[in-house]
Amino acid sequence: MSYVENVRPRLRVPATAAAGEVVEIRTLISHPMESGHRTDGEGNPIPRLIITTMFATFNGEEVFRAHWGSGIAANPYQAFTLRVDEPGTLEVVWQDEAGHEWRDSASIAVG
Amino acid sequence: MAIHLDRRHALAAALGSAAFATGLVPGRHAEAATAQYLEALARVLDGREPLPGGIAIDAPEVAEDGNMVAVSIRVESPMTEADHVRRIVLLSTRNPVAEIASFHLTRHSGEAFVSNRIRLSESQDIVVVAEFADGTLRQARREVRVTVGGCGSV
Repeated sequence: MSYVENVRPRLRVPATAAAGEVVEIRTLISHPMESGHRTDGEGNPIPRLIITTMFATFNGEEVFRAHWGSGIAANPYQAFTLRVDEPGTLEVVWQDEAGHEWRDSASIAVG
Repeated sequence: MAIHLDRRHALAAALGSAAFATGLVPGRHAEAATAQYLEALARVLDGREPLPGGIAIDAPEVAEDGNMVAVSIRVESPMTEADHVRRIVLLSTRNPVAEIASFHLTRHSGEAFVSNRIRLSESQDIVVVAEFADGTLRQARREVRVTVGGCGSV
């Protein structure tokens, strides 16, 4: 079974923010982040396979981008901040070296 | 050999915590920083001289498990269109790959804050460089002692 079947993106945002409020966005994705520095039981190197890019858009405009190396732990967690000036949809995209891509999105209301 | 070690310890003591707090003076592990780290740092600095201060690195003094070390970074900035942090780079001085991550912030970020869980192969300093919209830099470092290194997976 491929690791891909076990990858689950998760996104935690506040449902509501005051206009102009800076909120913390927490993201998590279950992914092995195989570093390329390990060997299997027979001493053969296990090839690197990591998520190298994650980025977030709010109402279609990019607000945050992270480039990850092999020093990011398995099941990578990423928190960042967003100033919410208007209600909208936050979308987060993760891309790994095998060409797989995952997305998750959530709405933030202003009130 | 013993004399050499004593001299190193004496030097470290002489530098003291005040110098360490500037963020530019290496902690006790940085003397063994890899050539690869120095090259990565040079690429980030790109000939510019970073200022000390203005960066808070939240990380454990002692990490039980080098496979998963929580690190949060906060850079002082008004985060306006004209004056904001546009990039934060997180480097390791002793990992097999020095570049742990880089983060691109925008005027929508509101604050210059990121939080991650990283791998550290052994006790070492981690180094943060923040790049501002006008191209100026700040740099800070933080020592993390690792009980069980993330050697197997780093």
